[in-house]
Amino acid sequence: MSKGVRVVVAVARFLYGYIVGDDLAVAVVMVLALAATGVLVANGTNAWWLVPPLAVAMTAINLLRTTQRSQSK
Amino acid sequence: MTGAGVVFLTTFLASVVEAIEMVTIVVGVGATRGYRYTLMGAGSGLAVLAVVIGVAGIALAAIPIGPLRLVIGSLLLLFGLQWYRKGIVRVAARGFAGYHGQDPQDGPPTSGGTDWTAAFLAFKGVALEGLEIAIIVVSFGASAGQLGISIVGGAAAIVVIGAAGFAVQQPVARIPRSFLQLVVGTMLTSFGTFWSVEGLGVNWPLSDADIVLLLIFYGLSALTFIGLERRAVPLTPEIVGS
Repeated sequence: MSKGVRVVVAVARFLYGYIVGDDLAVAVVMVLALAATGVLVANGTNAWWLVPPLAVAMTAINLLRTTQRSQSK
Repeated sequence: MTGAGVVFLTTFLASVVEAIEMVTIVVGVGATRGYRYTLMGAGSGLAVLAVVIGVAGIALAAIPIGPLRLVIGSLLLLFGLQWYRKGIVRVAARGFAGYHGQDPQDGPPTSGGTDWTAAFLAFKGVALEGLEIAIIVVSFGASAGQLGISIVGGAAAIVVIGAAGFAVQQPVARIPRSFLQLVVGTMLTSFGTFWSVEGLGVNWPLSDADIVLLLIFYGLSALTFIGLERRAVPLTPEIVGS
């Protein structure tokens, strides 16, 4: 593998770990929540209330799944 | 108070708000990941900022800050949520006293490699908040015809809040790592939420004060999750590392 490709792979890995981390579902839902907020704002709704509860809800789902995984071991 | 005094006080106070956000991120990340690469990231942010200010000058006031807030806020939100979750699990497992050692999974690289995470987080916080201070200084100073006084006000805010951040650095370093990760995760998630949503054009009902409400909301949610985690499972070392 050439040095250039290695650098690109390393940067891609870093960005994936930084943005997605250990739970793809949380990242996807939060990006969709931001997109939905953008759509609501474009249609005249001041949707400040959408992202915070979704962030907490996705944290709850992640913690529940982690707990269930640890109990099934 | 003279006109110059009013300009100084206004730009100083407006810049203090942004500087607090900047220094909070740098101190929080530095205490969690180590200061070497955090300060390198912060320094890089300041260098980029100096170039942008030097090139753009008065035209800074025309820079659309919304898209920048959206991009940087979204990245902070997504990364902050990871530390928020891990902080909850670890504090639930170890208690608020936690442990003081460096976490092998979330600490800086042990092999002497560059800690890009710390550098990237600090860079973004300093670049965005610094740019906001520069825009405040330029737009207010130019419109009041007192650009020199306005620059002094903005610079004074950075110096004062930076010194305060340096002063609290040692006490912050004594906070247990697991608890610190939860606190910093909560802060990054709150700032990330605020900036990303604001970048989309939302007007927060209480403006910057809503950052405090977001901190309380995410903080109380974390405490609730910690209580539920402690009741739900006899936690094992594996879950802590997950």
